[in-house]
Amino acid sequence: MPDPRTTRIFRSFPAVPGQRVQLFVTCLVDLLYPEVGERTVALLERLGCEVAFPAAQTCCGQPALSAGYPREALAVADGFLDAFADTEGPIVAPFGSCVHMVRHHYPRLYEGERATVAAGLAARTHELSSFIVDELGRSAVGGRYPGPSGTVVAYHHECHMRYGLGVTEAPMSLLRGVAGCTLVEPPRGELCCGFGGTFALKLGDVSVAMADEKLDSALEIGAQAIVSSDVGCLMHLEGRARRRGLQLRVHHLVDLLEPDGRL
Amino acid sequence: MSGLVIEPPRGKPDPAVTPNLHRAAENWRLHRADARRRVDWEAWRERARQVRADAVRNLPELIELLEARFVAAGGHVHHARDAGEASAHVVRICQAAGATRAVKGKSMTSEEINLDAALAQAGIEAVETDLGEYIVQAMGDRPSHILAPAVHLSAAQVADLFARESGRHFDPDDTAALVDYARGVLRERFLAAEVGITGVNLAIAETGTLAIVESEGNIRLATSLPRVHIALMGIEKVIRDWEGAAHLIQMLPLAAHGKPAAASTSFITGPARDGDDGPREIHLVLLDGGRSAIRGTPFEEALHCIRCGACLYACPVYRQVGGHGYGTTYSGPIGAVITPLLARGGDASELPGLSSLCGACVEACPVKIPLDDQLVMLRAQAHRRDPARGEAALFAAWARLWSRPAAYRATAATAGRALRPLWSALARDGWQHRAPFPFSGWTDGRDARVPDAEPFHVRWRRRRGGA
Repeated sequence: MPDPRTTRIFRSFPAVPGQRVQLFVTCLVDLLYPEVGERTVALLERLGCEVAFPAAQTCCGQPALSAGYPREALAVADGFLDAFADTEGPIVAPFGSCVHMVRHHYPRLYEGERATVAAGLAARTHELSSFIVDELGRSAVGGRYPGPSGTVVAYHHECHMRYGLGVTEAPMSLLRGVAGCTLVEPPRGELCCGFGGTFALKLGDVSVAMADEKLDSALEIGAQAIVSSDVGCLMHLEGRARRRGLQLRVHHLVDLLEPDGRL
Repeated sequence: MSGLVIEPPRGKPDPAVTPNLHRAAENWRLHRADARRRVDWEAWRERARQVRADAVRNLPELIELLEARFVAAGGHVHHARDAGEASAHVVRICQAAGATRAVKGKSMTSEEINLDAALAQAGIEAVETDLGEYIVQAMGDRPSHILAPAVHLSAAQVADLFARESGRHFDPDDTAALVDYARGVLRERFLAAEVGITGVNLAIAETGTLAIVESEGNIRLATSLPRVHIALMGIEKVIRDWEGAAHLIQMLPLAAHGKPAAASTSFITGPARDGDDGPREIHLVLLDGGRSAIRGTPFEEALHCIRCGACLYACPVYRQVGGHGYGTTYSGPIGAVITPLLARGGDASELPGLSSLCGACVEACPVKIPLDDQLVMLRAQAHRRDPARGEAALFAAWARLWSRPAAYRATAATAGRALRPLWSALARDGWQHRAPFPFSGWTDGRDARVPDAEPFHVRWRRRRGGA
């Protein structure tokens, strides 16, 4: 049964043939980077998916869990379960860390019947690049760098994607299909950028030192732009780059996967 | 008094040590790549985890077996419930032997029980013989890494120290001269010592054998020249048999240095036999120190740790703050986990916060301890014991709002639209540079992205022509 909350939205639209995908936009994308959400929808539709957006979704609850408030995290995670439990098809998010929350933490946070629901949702939830490469079987989707041709781009692997989900190859595969930029691999690329949710507030100096090391390693290798699949890292790195007055552009991966390179 | 917690965590980058730490961490990364080329790393990790899990699950039985076999081999076993008892055992053994001079092999457990203070109080001079430990001891400093105690220091600082001690000049680039000097000083101490005190890397229950790895030869000397050897170990270091030992004794140096064998590994079963060189007496001090209480809890896997130091090298926070930034004997991710568990006091409750939860430690761990999950659980535990009221209230309010879609959308509208004039006053190009507490923690060092006037869910509704 389709979710009644989404059918109301879709009633006015002709059904797009192809796989039905539930967009889990994530709160940071929703509130701070809405255009990343829009580009995610456009990309998935271009790949033949029918995108639904369960309107009751809010946040996965990760900020509270990481900060040491599991009860509060569960209250918000309950909302995710309610929003997505009755939907069909894969759940896709343009944000690796939130996917890690759903896939790794949800099955451990719940008990009994809710744990079964959580495990079911965990198995259905995918990070965008790995969904495209591993589930849709598309190793490249084209795209053009939205800026000067030949821009030197460094990809920042977000830690929960790398260490938690084990996704490192999918975003690189998609990036290799992007025209108009040169990919470089910065030294010490596996280091965390220092975001880490409330960590960035509580240990601000350490977090900033970590961002500086990340930014410096990108500059060291001549990168002019940093690309990632996590708007937490992006917000952190761009916020720091701006404070330092660095000439370094920051993009979400989907920004580069638009076919015409326009933003 | 336990030496687990020394001072409150500083949690600040320490520019005096970061260049040294970064150099060491990058070396370790090269070694790690070696390790993964040498062996089927994931299969090896799983095997190592199984050996440690078996040991911790069957700890009482294995400790009993170890004690029986150790005694049968001619050794003496002493049980210590806590740091104070462990130190008292060591002091008593020294006194019974009429000893006033001891040499020590590197032992984090001896730091944990604050042994040096107890020995000094009893008038027993104890000299560290691991080069790094010797350096930090001579400086009045303390180890900043489980395996590399002086990793925070530069060669120039060591050259200065030795010059002050000896009145000679040392060139920091001439490492051989520095090592020669230390060797000369330490050789006399070895020859004069009546007691050798060491840690234990693992104890093999089935034969009552202690295994100690090292890279400098000082353990060999400390366990063979003095007439009494005292080995100090946390009870969790026991393992069942030689098969497991054979694996772990390779896994430890692989995880630490990318090499399948330490420069030297000593297997010690009992005191010297008649006619052999070596100690006439061997004592094993078994420290519980809060370890038993961790068994059977969700933190049990923390006891699997083999003290390889890999999680410290891998950690991006350790890399910035250094070992001393934690204010504890055990630093880095494993220190932030086991210190609050072992110390069981409120004074270690901030430690689990010293992590961005990136998971690099978990990936580095040769026995697969889920350190990130444990850090998250410890943060929750600390809040249950000692609620940080302001923060707790903020998260409670947040959860009340964001667990309801309508309230969530209302906060989005408030942040994006109603508060727009505020952002405009503080922001430039959609980024603001100042914010009130607690968000000032962000804006002190970074610009902050301003909430969008039109969140995605609003754009979606409009685009789809829905409500």
